Amino acid sequence: MGVSGLESDLKHLVGDILDEARRQGATAAEVSVGDDEGLTIVVRQRDIETIEFSQDRGFGITVYAGARKGTATTSDSRPEAVRATVGAALGIARHTEDDECNGLADPERMARDLPDLDLHHPWTMDADALRDLALETEATALDYDGRIVNSEGAEVATQRSCRVYGNSHGFVGAVTGTRHSVHCAVVAGDDAGMERDQFYSIARDPENLDSHVSIGEEAARRALARLGTKPIRTGNWPVLFSPRMAAGLIGHLVGAISGGALYRRASYLTDSLGKPVAAKGITLAEYPHLPKGLGSAGFDGDGVATASKAFVHAGRLDHYVLGSYSARRLGMQTTGNAGGVFNLRLETDTVCPKALMREMGTGLVVTELMGQGVDLVSGHYSRAAAGFWIENGEPAFPVEKVTIASTLNEMYHGIVAAGDDIDRRSNVHTGSILVRSMTVAN
Amino acid sequence: MTQLIETAKRELWEAGEIGERDVSRLIGRLMHRQVDAGELFFQQRRSESWTLEDGIVKDGAFSVDRGVGVRAVSGEKTGFAYADDIVLPALGKAADAARTIARSGGDGSIQAYRRREVAPRYAGTDPLASFPERDKVALLGRTDAFARSLDPLVTQVTARLAASFETNLVVGSDGTFAGDVRPLVRFDVSVIVEKNGRRERGFAGGGGRHDFSWILSGDADGQARRYVREAVRQALTNLEAVDAPAGSMPVILAPGWAGVLLHEAVGHGLEGDFNRKGTSAYAGRVGEKVASELCTVVDDATMKDRRGSLNLDDEGTPGQRTVLIENGVLKGYMQDKLNARLMKAAPTGNGRRESYACLPMPRMTNTLLLAGESDPGEILASVADGVYAVSFGGGQVDITSGRFVFSATEAYRIENGRVTRPVRGMSLVGSGPEVMTRVSMVGNDLALDQGVGTCGKEGQSVPVGVGQPTVKIDEITVGGTA
Repeated sequence: MGVSGLESDLKHLVGDILDEARRQGATAAEVSVGDDEGLTIVVRQRDIETIEFSQDRGFGITVYAGARKGTATTSDSRPEAVRATVGAALGIARHTEDDECNGLADPERMARDLPDLDLHHPWTMDADALRDLALETEATALDYDGRIVNSEGAEVATQRSCRVYGNSHGFVGAVTGTRHSVHCAVVAGDDAGMERDQFYSIARDPENLDSHVSIGEEAARRALARLGTKPIRTGNWPVLFSPRMAAGLIGHLVGAISGGALYRRASYLTDSLGKPVAAKGITLAEYPHLPKGLGSAGFDGDGVATASKAFVHAGRLDHYVLGSYSARRLGMQTTGNAGGVFNLRLETDTVCPKALMREMGTGLVVTELMGQGVDLVSGHYSRAAAGFWIENGEPAFPVEKVTIASTLNEMYHGIVAAGDDIDRRSNVHTGSILVRSMTVAN
Repeated sequence: MTQLIETAKRELWEAGEIGERDVSRLIGRLMHRQVDAGELFFQQRRSESWTLEDGIVKDGAFSVDRGVGVRAVSGEKTGFAYADDIVLPALGKAADAARTIARSGGDGSIQAYRRREVAPRYAGTDPLASFPERDKVALLGRTDAFARSLDPLVTQVTARLAASFETNLVVGSDGTFAGDVRPLVRFDVSVIVEKNGRRERGFAGGGGRHDFSWILSGDADGQARRYVREAVRQALTNLEAVDAPAGSMPVILAPGWAGVLLHEAVGHGLEGDFNRKGTSAYAGRVGEKVASELCTVVDDATMKDRRGSLNLDDEGTPGQRTVLIENGVLKGYMQDKLNARLMKAAPTGNGRRESYACLPMPRMTNTLLLAGESDPGEILASVADGVYAVSFGGGQVDITSGRFVFSATEAYRIENGRVTRPVRGMSLVGSGPEVMTRVSMVGNDLALDQGVGTCGKEGQSVPVGVGQPTVKIDEITVGGTA
């Protein structure tokens, strides 16, 4: 089935479910239907290991009975299941309590002209060709150096997902897109032990993936670079977050300015609108309509039109991340972010990574972080890290099993520079970020 | 247990008018191209949850997921497909997709079905239907008022009551014909306290494989109130906490939930898949001393009503008690069928999957470090300068290097053998194989966790349990700022 056929089928299904909700007595309702299909091929040690076909369809409905609300989801979209699921959601709404903030987003905020975001680019290769691609990726890594002693394999995945959202204001919208990825993870070893590392590429369009050979080479290079770790001295040092880790750091800021955490007063940035939350040079902007963007969409989880804006401008918090419910709870307007943020960019002056290392002099480059030691409530940050020790602006040796600790507030205010090594493999686009000082323990 | 099979067949096959003969034919179709093993995993899971926030039960959710996962195995290769509709045409399509994996090899033989019987570790009652909705809503409502009555610094109370009821049926070419019916419930409460602009959170909860009577009948509020008191106490403690120290020092782990360290430090490294592939720090080390002789570690799916317990795993193998490390010596790994066969070992009932839409892999159930002989007071008294870790938010491990981390949500300084000030913002980081050799005292006070643990691996989440007595580790890196 073509995309337009699929979208039109799902829009009909959404209409049928909304009709059923009205028939059973809901005063308002919203429905989200998803239909995904995909293929994942994993090879390991030069042979195919798994081939997985996925095909999912399911829907979720939220019904309102006045100011009360109930939700139900199912993987079954037969008419009798639709009736039962709508009934279950209304059954829930009979027992929940009135919440005046409940309800659909305001009708005038619904998205009208949905932009063409160019998200759908099926991979035309068949399963055998994709398998060969995975085999070559892994072979490149295995053959790269004699010290590559084992492999966790290479994975090629391709997925098409279609999501249709509709509500009883009459809004209905569809987003259909593809996502393709090539991933490789290998183990390097020497007398001291084994170290694993990985590399991947992900894109909406297969044309935009890195070459599979370069992915295999980079996975091998990264695993090799981890051999020969040395301990370091516990103390306060500058910390340079590599682009992937920097994207995570920005993710914590997004979490702390998100409506759900704010109305629960569960963020260290509660009541911080208009106040400085990061170094002066930092702007964090959202671009929901980037063509082929991994985080692009024309409407949010409430059907509200998405629009570009800066959450943080020159270090000052200009907007929270709000959907209509959390906005009402805070007495504000939705920012079109029900369900989260779209594409984000860190906008600041950038320099090349080498210049960042020269600027830090002696300190830690973090290429991996582990653990959940980020407390958005108090802002405390303490995580395990691995990476490289820098001395006199040059990489000296790899480091593992250290912790880095500080508070998010000190870290964001302590950003002294950012790199031009922008990583676009997620919806957060940023280069490396240099933080003035953190406690590094060994 | 054949009764479980009959229940499962009724629940999973009747709507699609599927019979045993149809399933046998599907297995035959799956085996057609000389596959070594073929398997159908039918599953239905109904779940509900109720959430309290701002003093009102504002949200409830209900879900039903049904489907079948179809697997064809040929040597080390696996083909997998699934359908979210348990009807014959969808099943046939999934079988055809899964068997594309096999190009050669395998004898394509199908064994006669053997119906598995085990003594049940939990009752097959449906927790969703065990109490009326108004009772669940009323309990949550009382939670808020009670938490706020405990201390005026409490500014936010969130509580959740959740239940799921799963029925599954596994049919395989190796003769497996097994069904299980699994209840799972959970109650948890999270509070925020504020004082002079400082904010801290406290959390407590519990649950297991049973219905809601543990929290909704008899002196029901007694149990719920214990969790609420615990959450408020933890939050208030953290309000007084000072910055955690940084550097290497002795750490004492409190009994119970701190067993999550064990889960990360040694548990994952003993899962069969990583060891078959040689990517675990413990690969090829069976029979070697891998921990201090004070350490005996078991994975036990047979514990009654526990969150991680299983009558049968998701491949139809009976759940069992497996000794992983005995007096410091590595005895064996946790296995699913595929890895057991390739390692020429027996399956240990650890083949688990998040749902029919995922492939099974070796996973932990309830993982425990067994009691030792030391008195917990003596253990504390033996440390002049260190930390006492009571509760953790979660952990993570790199299997290959053995590096692990976990983050404390409640911890204290130990000074001259006494527990003193609470500390905040603390991670512990170490290498599993190293840390296990540094266990120098093990308490006689084995305790189990309360039943809220969830383990993630390759994107699949499954419920698990942990447990341990008081444990002293001579040296571990503490990641604070002070």
